[in-house]
Amino acid sequence: MHKKLRGVVWTVTLPLLDIRNLTFTAGDQRILDRLGLTIDPGEIHALLGANGSGKTTLAYLLMGCDGYVPTTGTVMFNGADLLSLKTHERAKLGLTLAWQEPARFEGLTIREYLTLGRTSLDPEPALLQVGLDPDRYLNRRVDKALSGGERHRVELASVLSMKPTLAILDEPTAGIDMLSISHIINVIRVLKDHGGAVLLITHQEEVAAIADSASQLCNGRIIFSGDPAHVIEHFRGRTCVRCDGEVCGYVRT
Amino acid sequence: MSELDELARVLPMVGAEPTILADEQIAHVVGHGHRILSRRSVPGLQLDVEETPEALVGKMTIQAGVTIAQPIHMCFGLAHPTGSQRIQIDVFVEERATARVLSHCLFPVATAAEHRMQATIAVGPGASLTYTEGHYHGPHGGMLVLPHATVKIGKGARYFSDFSLLSGSVGNLDIDYLVEVEEDGIAELTAKIFAHRTDQIMLKEAVILRGERSRGLIKTRVVLEDEARAEITGITEAHARGARGHVDCMEVVQGRAHASAIPIVRVFHPEAKVTHEAAIGSVNKKELETLMARGLTPEQAIEMIVSGILR
Repeated sequence: MHKKLRGVVWTVTLPLLDIRNLTFTAGDQRILDRLGLTIDPGEIHALLGANGSGKTTLAYLLMGCDGYVPTTGTVMFNGADLLSLKTHERAKLGLTLAWQEPARFEGLTIREYLTLGRTSLDPEPALLQVGLDPDRYLNRRVDKALSGGERHRVELASVLSMKPTLAILDEPTAGIDMLSISHIINVIRVLKDHGGAVLLITHQEEVAAIADSASQLCNGRIIFSGDPAHVIEHFRGRTCVRCDGEVCGYVRT
Repeated sequence: MSELDELARVLPMVGAEPTILADEQIAHVVGHGHRILSRRSVPGLQLDVEETPEALVGKMTIQAGVTIAQPIHMCFGLAHPTGSQRIQIDVFVEERATARVLSHCLFPVATAAEHRMQATIAVGPGASLTYTEGHYHGPHGGMLVLPHATVKIGKGARYFSDFSLLSGSVGNLDIDYLVEVEEDGIAELTAKIFAHRTDQIMLKEAVILRGERSRGLIKTRVVLEDEARAEITGITEAHARGARGHVDCMEVVQGRAHASAIPIVRVFHPEAKVTHEAAIGSVNKKELETLMARGLTPEQAIEMIVSGILR
């Protein structure tokens, strides 16, 4: 966006994702509490937080999953009011989500899952990026026969195939062995190389370290943001510095 | 167009090519109503089919030790809107013989017709039979379809059956299969049905594991839409040491359709085991949202999930 002020042209970069004052409640429990977060185009943003802090809820809410409607707040994505759109409309804008526990599809092959009817799309490069041999995997089914780690990698290959503007990766290293984590890190870098941004939800500090920026979520609120190293350091602390364990109840042991 | 041509024309709807009828290496029989329109046998296969006013009466024997290389095609149906077809057939797969039977049931324009099959199948010791039955019905419904069979699986024999009704509207379908399995025998029964409009589906499959170390699997996948109804009963009994059985039923319900699943498992020996799983409901929400998060509309996502389930 360009603005002319007193004869000087200023370039203003609007955030790709702009979340303001987002609150979500389930029953009488406030899961997200006036949350604010911005992500720029091409930025990898790591979101750290203890179990139950609201990370996955935020992911579901951004993707428009059934039952995840905020009570207050706005979310702008690439200039569009995200909350007014259905899940597939959000995806058409370039937003997608890799689930922490990906769904299993009876009968559907990995080739079909990666291409989704787009006959012009070659699924092999995406599989290679996640370290899976296309000859062995393309005709396998996305069902219970895949291990948890394999299913995670297929999920990331599916996200890669989509070339999203913003990929939300919810715990992408869950169930992945140490040797394969390098493939996951590679995927995140490839997404960035394609010009995409990533909201990286993770517990894994070595994965969070590759981000451009990071935030710590605590009891539904962003309590600390900045350089990943600083946020990781803050996350390592036993007690939340900002609220001292009294407001958010965050005590890490 | 002749009745034979009309039935041959719709063979691709059940995955077969009309050219099989001209291939001398492939055995077949084509029956329209109670008339035989075409037949061919191959070495090792004895195929006797008789026309009677009440039914087509047949006997098929795969001789001991013989492997029939190409599938045997049995095409039955009606090329007219109304009519009746009754089939009585006895199938014998003798000791150590192997065969695949593809049964094509074709009713492209039926509006008020009946198709009954009463089969007995005996798979001898060490023999193997794969029986695949594909139905094609036009859009009108209005049929009464009753495939009933009793199957005996001998010692160390294998029997795999796969019933599918994936296109068109059938009307009333009432399947009743009873399979008994002897020592070290294996029986796997799979049924895939997509019911529409006011279709009524009754599916009852029973596997009785009589012999030691016998194995049985009943796998059912039913998708219902509009006002279709289905009642699925899967029965497995285990009577001997080391017998293992499993019943796996999934029904996906859309629109105003209704479904019920009745898995019945009975164990009569302390060293036998039978398990079951049944799931009835709408399309899995997580699967749906995953595909929508990749850009598919809800309708596209449901179609993809359903096609996978019925594969």
